[in-house]
Amino acid sequence: MQTLDRRRVLKGMLSGGAVTVALPFLDCFLNDNGTALASGLQMPVRFGTWGYGLGGTTNVFVPKKFGPDYDLPPEIASWARVREHINLYSNSKGYLDGNSNRCHFSGWVITRCGSSPSDRIPGETIDATLAKQLGKTTRFNSLTATATGDVTTTYSYLNGDTPNPAEWSPLKFYTRLFGPDFQDPNASTFTPDPRVMVRKSVLSGVMEQTRALQKTVGAADRARIDQYFTGLRQLERQFEHRLTKPEPIAACQPPGQPPVEPSMSNEVESVQLRHRMMTDLMVMALACDQTRIFNMAYSAASSDLIKPGYEKPHHTCTHEEPVDAELGYQPNASWFTRRSMEAWADFVEAFTRVREGDGTLLDNVLIYATTDVGYARTHTLDEMVVFTAGRAGGKVKSGLHIDLKKKSPTAVGYTAMQVMGADVPSWGTLNNKSSEVLQEILV
Amino acid sequence: MRSVLAKYCRTSRYIFRAGMLCLLMGFVLVGCSPREPESHGTEPRVRLVTTDQYVNSLRYIFGTGIELRIEFPPFERTHGLLANSAAKAGISSSQLEQFQRAAASVASQVVDPANREFLIPCKPHDENSADKACATEFLSRTGRLLYRRPLQEAELAPFVENAELAANRLEDFYAGIEVALEAMLLSPDVLFVVERAETDPGNPEQLRLDAYSLASRLSYFLWNAGPDARLLDAAASGELQTDDGRARAVERMLASPRLVDGMRAFFDDMFRFNEFRTVNKDPSIYPQYQSATAVAAREQTLRTVINHLITEKKDYRELFTTRSSFMSPALAILYEIPSPPGWVPYTLPPDSPRAGVLTQVSFLSLHAHPGRGSPTLRGAALRETFLCQEVPAPPPNVDFSVVNNPDSHYPTQRERVMAHNENPSCAGCHKIMDPIGLGLENFDGAGSFRKTENGALIDASGNLDGREFEDAVGLAHALRDNPALPKCLVQRLFDYSVGGPPAVEDQHGAFLSYVNENFAAEQYRLHELLRTIALSDAFSRIHEPRDSVPAGQEPGNDERQTTRSPDEEAQDVELES
Repeated sequence: MQTLDRRRVLKGMLSGGAVTVALPFLDCFLNDNGTALASGLQMPVRFGTWGYGLGGTTNVFVPKKFGPDYDLPPEIASWARVREHINLYSNSKGYLDGNSNRCHFSGWVITRCGSSPSDRIPGETIDATLAKQLGKTTRFNSLTATATGDVTTTYSYLNGDTPNPAEWSPLKFYTRLFGPDFQDPNASTFTPDPRVMVRKSVLSGVMEQTRALQKTVGAADRARIDQYFTGLRQLERQFEHRLTKPEPIAACQPPGQPPVEPSMSNEVESVQLRHRMMTDLMVMALACDQTRIFNMAYSAASSDLIKPGYEKPHHTCTHEEPVDAELGYQPNASWFTRRSMEAWADFVEAFTRVREGDGTLLDNVLIYATTDVGYARTHTLDEMVVFTAGRAGGKVKSGLHIDLKKKSPTAVGYTAMQVMGADVPSWGTLNNKSSEVLQEILV
Repeated sequence: MRSVLAKYCRTSRYIFRAGMLCLLMGFVLVGCSPREPESHGTEPRVRLVTTDQYVNSLRYIFGTGIELRIEFPPFERTHGLLANSAAKAGISSSQLEQFQRAAASVASQVVDPANREFLIPCKPHDENSADKACATEFLSRTGRLLYRRPLQEAELAPFVENAELAANRLEDFYAGIEVALEAMLLSPDVLFVVERAETDPGNPEQLRLDAYSLASRLSYFLWNAGPDARLLDAAASGELQTDDGRARAVERMLASPRLVDGMRAFFDDMFRFNEFRTVNKDPSIYPQYQSATAVAAREQTLRTVINHLITEKKDYRELFTTRSSFMSPALAILYEIPSPPGWVPYTLPPDSPRAGVLTQVSFLSLHAHPGRGSPTLRGAALRETFLCQEVPAPPPNVDFSVVNNPDSHYPTQRERVMAHNENPSCAGCHKIMDPIGLGLENFDGAGSFRKTENGALIDASGNLDGREFEDAVGLAHALRDNPALPKCLVQRLFDYSVGGPPAVEDQHGAFLSYVNENFAAEQYRLHELLRTIALSDAFSRIHEPRDSVPAGQEPGNDERQTTRSPDEEAQDVELES
């Protein structure tokens, strides 16, 4: 049997004439060591965030052992299947810098924006900063989703007045990603739609009007119209994508059928199911290179998830449940935390199921995971934990437990920004300002 | 005669004539309202449309047959209303993508062969090619409604050219219309309601909304939608800028069935009903409370509000004591009455433990935990929602487990929350919430009536601002008589009408006092309040904006600009050239 090589496949495709025929993505599309596309382009490295509410309880959450092979206390016991992929950063502290502690708000804002908020979100979140750099070529600048069923559960903001609203419905998320506007990179045919060409050209007229409007409004509104203009640019790019034959991508195997919309209950079991559904869609969107920036929120900072048969939601439970003297923690609050950590493990594991090059998708991502408090019962920002997962294209070690020694969690965020190639000398303000990379995680 | 005279008295422009009339005819016939105080007005605003506004507007333009399955993200609630953030909310790329999908869907439906006959006012000479005249007619007519003003020639021409270009390229006139309409629906002038100011000819030192901006402000206030063709006609002719013309327009809008859409939107916002979207009850504790129950609870209160205030034109305060309501199958089980076939009017029996919207399932279940009620949440919600009073957040390091342990030996919530008073750091705030919320303890977290908790008889007595009561009905009457109740509605409604609360230095204290007095004089009827606001000088008065700093940026020396009309912009260009 004659072996296939890249030249032979491409030749066969070209001989197909105007309608190109793409064969399944084969190893011959990769370079010899499987780390880059044959075109010479490196596998894209993506950045994402994961967020959940209400922290954990240090004595049953934080491992005693530092470095590799860290122990897994009860609240993170579910990490056993993915521990090798996760760095856990403990003993962090969010600095309020003279602002009052806005319960379940100040902490996560520090981790995502780098600054303690006085009352509102002080600026763009870390994903928005990196999206400016990494989101310019893909169909979506970034993707934001939540498992809560609530569009407002998001930790991603362009500024204090502009959240990136969360995709909350698996069916709607599927339709947005893989519905009629999806261009399958591995499709056997490609025919540019003349209607899309026309729609794209008409969009330029709207851009002209947007520029004209910008000149007639005040500074604050001008910034909003500028955001609008950025959005139009993104729409234009989406039309361009639909007019351009994409490179085949072996890992891109979108679901063939739309999902059945699940229950939108706040019961933990339902939320975990939605989380898995949204995660699978998000992972495939990344595998199909639809975006390189992604955000997933498992629960809100003041999580209102429900444990069946228990009368209070998670947030209320953390404040009102007494500490069990024998156990040394709040049993129901800890139950909620354990379920959150199961969801985090599900999230990380989903990335390992997609083969990419000679590794998995997780090798080519860096996920920055945060929460809002150190200990929810008292809203303290001491003892905050941060996680990362993935190896960022081989730049980052994983499977480590690191003592942040009261550094702000921004130390992890700043390191992530550097790893992702952001050209910033520091990140954050005042005591949350970080300008040193955590060398121990770099390869 | 009485209403005519009252209108004269309320309208500041008529104050002299009205005063003379009042003097001449005496105060026997009508109590003459005070003159509207001078107002600094509000800044011209640039408001992002809401989902409902978008849908209401498009359904007016293209008919109710247009299917719109869209849901834009809600704004952040500030000063008690989501609508107050419309003038600050930014728009992310993903949100614009939603607008684009909606625009494409609407454009496709408009040119659909089943609809084009009715929605496109002309026929092309050849369906397979461009027809400039027909495209111009459709796009200018539709554009006027979408932009809420006539399109300038320079604005319309590109859409027509694009329709022609697309029609010729795709060999389909209607495809050209579809593409141009999709683009028009994506225009920032459609998705943002941009208010523009002009010099007030009657008072050249001051600014006012230009006629089209006034039309929009009135229309979004009263109908929660863009202006209709008649209102735009009134703006175009200049009639809307006259006292009589504005009064006529407002009367027409108040009499329109579209007022129901507008007021449902306002009360849904003020009553925080957007939170129903995520309300959840533990099915193992409240199996009778399903997602359909939450939908019905919201609808019951909105129907009650509309019937009481708009259909029956009754006293706003009595909304909190009325026994008239509506019932549906989903709610009947919680009220423990036979299920009706659908929505029907329902009057609570005289001995019912319920009275008014406070005791409806909407308030009771929204302000409760998934598995139990909460005197604290209900007390706080009553103060914040109906009395416009802010309840401070709890101290970050408070140990709630000491005072809120439902597993303790205390049988009822009363004993449990009493512990708040034993802790000085809790007592300060809890004494303004708990004594109110305890009045609703006869209703569980789903809104069902109960006499006992853990076998102990519930004591639902309490106190609202010094007024003692014995139960929920007593609380309802105490709330009805609370002077802050109607004032709160006035404050919220005025903020809503002008697109947000005034800047701190512009606090409309004197104006609001004037409106409050009018509202009281008119027996707290909503129509009168809406009329007073819509005809007031404060509603249309504009002042130079103080440029706020864009979020995330440091203050700088940016030039100050007033949002101005395209005509004024064009004049500047001519002058410069």
